[in-house]
Amino acid sequence: MSTTRVIEIAVGIFVAIGIAALLVLAFNVSNVNTLGSSNTYTVTANFDNISGLKERSSVAIAGVNIGRVAKITVDPETFEAVVEMKLDNRFNEIPVDSSAGIYTAGLLGEKYVGIEPGGAPDFLEEHSEIRLTQSSVVLEKLIGQFLFSKSQEDE
Amino acid sequence: MMFDWFAHLGRTVINFFANIGKEVMLFFQTLTGFVPVMLRPRLLIRQLYSVGVRSMLIIMVSGLFVGMVLALQGYNTLIDFGAEESLGVVVSLSLVRELGPVVTALLYAGRAGSALTAEIGLMKATEQLSGMEMMAVNPVERILAPRLFAGIISMPLLAAMFSAIGIWGGHLVGVDLLGVDAGSYWSQMQAKVDFHDDIVNGVIKSFVFGIVTTWIAIYEGYHSVPTSEGVGSATTRTVVYSSFAVLGLDFILTAIMY
Repeated sequence: MSTTRVIEIAVGIFVAIGIAALLVLAFNVSNVNTLGSSNTYTVTANFDNISGLKERSSVAIAGVNIGRVAKITVDPETFEAVVEMKLDNRFNEIPVDSSAGIYTAGLLGEKYVGIEPGGAPDFLEEHSEIRLTQSSVVLEKLIGQFLFSKSQEDE
Repeated sequence: MMFDWFAHLGRTVINFFANIGKEVMLFFQTLTGFVPVMLRPRLLIRQLYSVGVRSMLIIMVSGLFVGMVLALQGYNTLIDFGAEESLGVVVSLSLVRELGPVVTALLYAGRAGSALTAEIGLMKATEQLSGMEMMAVNPVERILAPRLFAGIISMPLLAAMFSAIGIWGGHLVGVDLLGVDAGSYWSQMQAKVDFHDDIVNGVIKSFVFGIVTTWIAIYEGYHSVPTSEGVGSATTRTVVYSSFAVLGLDFILTAIMY
């Protein structure tokens, strides 16, 4: 084989290995998932306090991820936090009276939205709203409650 | 006598700006060589071999060792917090976000950048570049442009190889040697490493570093003093300036991206 041929083959192998490395990084290392905007539907929920919840936090039923938080805004009239969630189309039989709460996952305190299913015959659809909500636990309020109840006990 | 000192200072500042102008002009001149390079892919492939394929060995070995060291150090620190299952996250985020692009760029500047500068500087010293101009062959299109595009193509690929092998090296040390759970290593990594924020940003960084290091290398070679001493000092300047540029740009890019 002539030198040019060897060089061309070597370069071809180099580029192939490089692209393979990029693909390994993309698919095996990162969290790229097939949750595109075409196979999700949007659901909103209003909370009193969402402290700690971020965009792209997980939305889970029974601990299993079924979607992501898309947008968090504040309603200027009711002063509640409006959380928009994108749920996977495969999970389209969530009853309308389900409740959404903000829970903590893991030691580092990551927040996620947990949905407890209700029992109504109607299901959540695109742009429907979850009415029963439970806010996130704020540590300072918890400590304040504890100290208050302690001082009441001592009286 | 004192005015000599002022004149020298003025000359240095003016030379500094003139050099920046020369660099930018050379860069755009080389970019216009894109179409001729595409019409003669043989030149590009030759340069891809010398710049990319030959750097592969050092990049892969360094990647392996950096990954293994990250796993060792990460394990020693995380075990104090009982969080050694997050080793995969530590190794992969450090590599993909920072160490992959930056260390690859520094190694690349040292290996390929200095080789490019020496080659082009030698061509200038032996008057091959002027000879080409005499024959109405544009040396920028024929010599500089293939090398620039080869560098731009190779750097992201090399950085990806570095990160991938580093993560595998981290797996070797963490899971096989230190006893971290293999399932946790990969599953926590896949949960925490975001494709757009981490991997795409890492690729963008390596792409920018590739442009800058190759650009500095061909500029220093093209404008080197045409003696053997001049070629030597141009090669050192390439490595030093490329390293400064890579580390400085890394800070700026990280500040923009995160």
